[in-house]
Amino acid sequence: MSERELTNSNSARRPLLPMPIFKRAVVGAFTKLDPRKMVKNPVMLVVEVGSAFTTVLAISALISGKAEPGSGSAWFVLLVAVWLWFTVLFANFAEAVAEGRGKAQADSLRSARKSVKARRLAEARRDASITEVDSANLTAGAFVLVEAGDVIPGDGEIVEGVASVNESAITGESAPVIREAGGDHSSVTGGTRVISDWLIVKITQNPGESFLDRMIGMVEGAKRRKTPNEIVLDILLAGLTIVFLLVTATLYPFSKYAVSSTGQGDPVGLTVLVALLVCLIPTTIGGLLSAIGIAGMDRMIQANVLATSGRAVEAAGDVDVLLLDKTGTITLGNRQATEFIPAPGVEEKDLADAAQLASLADETPEGRSIVVLAKERFGLRGRDVTALGARFVPFTAQTRMSGVDLNDRQIRKGATDAVERFVTNLGGQVSAEVKKQIHHVAKDGATPLVVAQDNRVLGVVRLKDIVKGGIKARFSEMRNAGIVTVMITGDNAVTAAAIAAEAGVDDYLANATPEMKLARIRDYQSKGHIVAMTGDGTNDAPALAQADVAVAMGTGTQAAKEAGNMVDLDSNPTKLLQVVEIGKQMLMTRGALTTFSVANDVSKYFAIIPAAFAATYPSLGKLNILHLHSPASAILSAVIFNALILVALIPVALRGVRYRPAPAAELLRHNLLVYGLGGLVLPFPCIKLIDMIIAALRLV
Amino acid sequence: MNRFYALRPTLVLLGIFTLLTGVIYPLSVTAVAHAAFPKQAHGSLVQRDGKVVGSDLIGQPFADPKYFWSRPSATTPFEYNAGSSSASNLGPSNPALRQRVEERIAALRAADPENLDPIPIDLVTTSASGLDPHISPAAALYQVSRVAKARGLAPDRVTQLVYTFVKRPALGLLGAPHVNVLHLNLALDSMVENQPSTK
Amino acid sequence: MDTLVAAGAVLSLLLLVYLFFCAAFPGETLVSLQSNLTVVVYIALVTALAIPLGLYIHRVFFGEVPVVRRVLDPVETALLRLAGVQKDTAMDWKKYAVSVLVFNGAGVVLLYLLQRFQSNLPLNPGQLPSPSRSLAFNTAVSFVTNTNWQAYSGETTLSYLVQMLGLTVQNFLSAATGMAVLAALIRGIVQKQTSTLGNFWVDLVRIVLYVLLPLSFLFALFLVANGVVQTLDPSPLTSWISPSPSVGEMGATGTGVALGPVASQVAIKQLGTNGGGFFNANSAHPFENPTALSNLLQMVAILLLPASLCFTFGAAVKDKRQGIALFSTMLALFVPAALYCIWVESQPHPLLAGLPIDHTASQLMSGGNMEGKEVRFGTDLSALWATATTAASSGSVNASHDSFLPMGGMVPLWMILLGEIVFGGVGSGLYGLLAYVLVAVLLAGLMVGRTPEYLGKKIEAFEMKMVSLVILIPACTVLVATAVAVSIPQGTSAVGNPGPHGFTEVLYAFASAANNNGSAFGGLTANGTFYTTSIAIAMWIGRFGVIVPVLALAGSLAKKKTTPPGLGTLPTHSTLFVGLLIGVILLVGALTFIPALALGPVVEHLSFTSP
Repeated sequence: MSERELTNSNSARRPLLPMPIFKRAVVGAFTKLDPRKMVKNPVMLVVEVGSAFTTVLAISALISGKAEPGSGSAWFVLLVAVWLWFTVLFANFAEAVAEGRGKAQADSLRSARKSVKARRLAEARRDASITEVDSANLTAGAFVLVEAGDVIPGDGEIVEGVASVNESAITGESAPVIREAGGDHSSVTGGTRVISDWLIVKITQNPGESFLDRMIGMVEGAKRRKTPNEIVLDILLAGLTIVFLLVTATLYPFSKYAVSSTGQGDPVGLTVLVALLVCLIPTTIGGLLSAIGIAGMDRMIQANVLATSGRAVEAAGDVDVLLLDKTGTITLGNRQATEFIPAPGVEEKDLADAAQLASLADETPEGRSIVVLAKERFGLRGRDVTALGARFVPFTAQTRMSGVDLNDRQIRKGATDAVERFVTNLGGQVSAEVKKQIHHVAKDGATPLVVAQDNRVLGVVRLKDIVKGGIKARFSEMRNAGIVTVMITGDNAVTAAAIAAEAGVDDYLANATPEMKLARIRDYQSKGHIVAMTGDGTNDAPALAQADVAVAMGTGTQAAKEAGNMVDLDSNPTKLLQVVEIGKQMLMTRGALTTFSVANDVSKYFAIIPAAFAATYPSLGKLNILHLHSPASAILSAVIFNALILVALIPVALRGVRYRPAPAAELLRHNLLVYGLGGLVLPFPCIKLIDMIIAALRLV
Repeated sequence: MNRFYALRPTLVLLGIFTLLTGVIYPLSVTAVAHAAFPKQAHGSLVQRDGKVVGSDLIGQPFADPKYFWSRPSATTPFEYNAGSSSASNLGPSNPALRQRVEERIAALRAADPENLDPIPIDLVTTSASGLDPHISPAAALYQVSRVAKARGLAPDRVTQLVYTFVKRPALGLLGAPHVNVLHLNLALDSMVENQPSTK
Repeated sequence: MDTLVAAGAVLSLLLLVYLFFCAAFPGETLVSLQSNLTVVVYIALVTALAIPLGLYIHRVFFGEVPVVRRVLDPVETALLRLAGVQKDTAMDWKKYAVSVLVFNGAGVVLLYLLQRFQSNLPLNPGQLPSPSRSLAFNTAVSFVTNTNWQAYSGETTLSYLVQMLGLTVQNFLSAATGMAVLAALIRGIVQKQTSTLGNFWVDLVRIVLYVLLPLSFLFALFLVANGVVQTLDPSPLTSWISPSPSVGEMGATGTGVALGPVASQVAIKQLGTNGGGFFNANSAHPFENPTALSNLLQMVAILLLPASLCFTFGAAVKDKRQGIALFSTMLALFVPAALYCIWVESQPHPLLAGLPIDHTASQLMSGGNMEGKEVRFGTDLSALWATATTAASSGSVNASHDSFLPMGGMVPLWMILLGEIVFGGVGSGLYGLLAYVLVAVLLAGLMVGRTPEYLGKKIEAFEMKMVSLVILIPACTVLVATAVAVSIPQGTSAVGNPGPHGFTEVLYAFASAANNNGSAFGGLTANGTFYTTSIAIAMWIGRFGVIVPVLALAGSLAKKKTTPPGLGTLPTHSTLFVGLLIGVILLVGALTFIPALALGPVVEHLSFTSP
């Protein structure tokens, strides 16, 4: 883990609109005019119907040479119709661009999904008989042999072997990673390539269900369903649309009454009414809403996180409790053994010897570091464990210790309480001296690993944790944004407290077992918190299933991935922070553009109302505060502004509103100022400018 | 609960509340009011010579130049119909409003042609109830010259009388200065009766 | 301590508004110091009374025993036992809604029948005939919906018996219904993971017994002391001291003076934001509102309960700042509107320009636009009242809104069009405002990147649907009904003034009906079949088309978990949020009604200044 990974690894911006995507989006803008597709977006459907209606008016006006009363010239009607069509097309274009960017990514993923030949093994042995099959026909449960140069034919678990694998097709990271049987790095993804050595993989997914398939489906938008907040916003937009439909529809009888009571002018023309309607309904947000959603999923995928649904992405924005595993997230993964502290009456070398014996079969970094330290300090060489007749006792989350059973003795190393239980069961006890040593080590923030032989405690191995650089600042940002960070660790409370203080987390859960993790999540949830966590092991699965946002590591076990609602292909636990940001950003973009869209309406009224009643009530001309050129140019300017602002905001929709971790009130103040006040003010100069151009070109 | 669970509470409570808030409440207010504030409860009626000549609170029309005139009234079928309160409801842009005001100005001018002072606005506009018992002190002072002439009184004496009836806004803050026309005219009558005119 | 905070907040807000106003209208256009002080005294009085009353109502809502209850508890118990209601059975939102609808429906039937049989019933000293079917229906719906739109003239249409047994009763019950619905909504917000909202019958009985009746009784006596009449005697004849030869025979020598059991009705009409006058002129009538003091206290009564309920809310959600925020929102919308209206009405009447008239305010007269205003109130108190009575959904009037200057008359119309949420009706004002709060919460929540939540309750699709209905139903009713009315002869022939003002009269009528205000631009002849029927429908939709979604909203909120507040939670008591809320309210109101207002008061105003 490095500093780089703590920052957004995708901060390098992709080009917003490469040529091929642009071309495809232009075509898409037209094909999406199909009313059956528009039905999903009521706001833009209204605009489309309005466009069609004004087109009919324009055609009949051109044929008869005269527009319907109250709508000025045939030329004016035609221009309004054209710009209304542009409005619809621009919205479709925005959606098509977002989809296109997703598709481009899907295509590059798809190239990795090419069907490959797989060597299916009859059983999980390297020398078992091999059948050549097509990867598309591999079903879950099959064993395959993959050797250097081969593409791994499907998602699976390594049952045997160690190999370096190039996962760049999925993660974009070109450096190969080590994948090996057992432990936390046993999972491989279809479409990645083995660079060296060989693996026997048990396929875990049926064809069409692999990560790649799901990912492609997601980015192409095929499986995109509206998220809860999108639905809420849709209701609000539909409500506004209904109001404005009624406002414009009733304006006709109102104006008719005005005409009959003053005897001047004509009732408002239908073209003017449609123009007013389109200007008032929230087309800006309505046109960009789906683009924002697709772009949000897209950003998630660029971060190499595969979400099972948009709902999960949105929930990430609501997270206020982050459960973070200490190891790998807060501290560098590898704790190093730095010191042997023998119990009174025990030689340091004997302790080192026992610790080494207990660690020889232990593949964890800690275990290895003990072997290394024993070699450095006392020149103890590795021994062939099997020759000694030893039986390795692996670490489990329940026993929380590991060791070896030799013919005449049992050696255990592990957490204090676990080893104490072991010793006590055999009639021994942990002396006060040793307890003091343990406490001393823990208080430094190091992990005391207690080593016992039968009922006798030999001493303590000091394992040193190294907190990642920059993580403290990151947590303080989170705190500022109202997110509580909780460190989960198997360490004892004293060690945990020391590391928690060093890393700056808000809370910690020491001596954590999977059951405690689950209980803690439930506890937070019952108090109404939204909890996010990462996990990779099978024993994390229940907690992952319980958490609101659960990011499973791509390298994690299949059970963990099934239980979570996101998979991080980089297997970087710090990614959780980025996931939260992307979730928030998606909501913020929607909120900001909605506010902007509605605030725009005020200025449009000032442009259109005086123009619409110029003949009936000339005195309303005083409301023409922009001194727009003529009634026709005023209305047309508002319509053109309404169409152009949609285009202008496409980049905001695709990239999202900037998020920085800050208290809600501060974010609101900033966004209200930019999008609320901005939305209120900006259209005035823009409409005036467009009007000046129209007047200069003598368009109407 | 059955399907008609709301029926019994509705009938019972509607009945009881009708009794409680529609009979017991107003009757008990009436009883206490009659005991504590008998005059007000019955309309603050004003008697002169054993005859009810109006109410402290209800305006009445005066067309005789020797009385202070009340404001115009929009009640129907006759002005100051205390059995049917009403405003003119003439809109601010209604030409009929200006026409009516012009007529009123003409009438006031005709009754006192020498008085060319601008006429206080309340004296040419109708009130909201049509029963406004008051005019502004300014409106009373405007009429002093006419009343004094008609009664042969010195204008100063009449002006003095007006000032004794001027009510400043209550609490110094709330409401506008006003003069009760009936009280003023009654006082005017009694002043003339008690102190025979110098003429 | 909290009271101090509230008072401080209110005073500083007022000061700010005042300073803003001074800056905006320098020199001669400045609203006089006296008018400003009047508004300040008024608001201070309302606030001072509203805080303790609000806390008291909170205890009534949640069944805690206030002092009064020791006396009235046996009455409550007896009433409920007679009604067959178990005190502790809580209703889900559907049962609550059905109970509200059945009870109010029965109220309409009873009031309709009372009117239709008026001529056969006692206490009818004027021997008034029974009103027509459509008029009786209009009046019945009007009083049950807390609108108190009056298409009739009180003293010449309804007998003492109907005024007492029909109107006074519904004044109480419609107010209590509004408060009960609010109580249910508050419970929905406060309670966690339950489906019940309390018991409508218990709420109804407690609100009438512990809040409305005692307050009304005291207030009624105060009004009588001030000169409001209270008698069952028939109207006496008075002879005028200067019989007028110029008028008709009937009015030549004197007039009958209408009396009645007025004070008892006026008390609850103001406290319950009902607004239906005993007399045609409503609170302009000297027998309903005889002095500046009675005027002040009636104005206080108009805002008192809606204002108190803000503090009730704060107490119920255990965060007084939330109540203060809602109260501040209302004030911030109310005070500038009132000051503007006062300023407009103090201007010389432009139609009378050039005539030898003195318009100028002085120590000796109010000046300004006195058409349709009483001298004892002057233009200031008339304009302030007009703003208050339309901000609250009272609709009682002490001046003729129809005769206000165009922009002056737009202020009450605007307050109504905002949806009766600036104080609004008792209960209904606050639940209406809370709907806007949820819209603001949605926008704000999205803008800070969180699923919107209010007081820990997440706002999701169902809530937003109900909120949309609450806001849309009255607004759409106003637009559609006005459009229909100005398009048919039955609608346009009833208009009392020419030009855009006639349009404003129609717009005002349906705005008033659909938002349950009840005041009117009185020039509209609203007793024809078209208007009595359409307005009755608008009133019913505007009342129960809102109450049902509000209860559904309450039911849905009650089922939710509560999220604890954190730094990431948007504070809904902050000035910033109040500002956003005000923005949302103004924007929704403006965007919906700008075209209509432009064709009504705005163009009428502009046509004065340009030939």
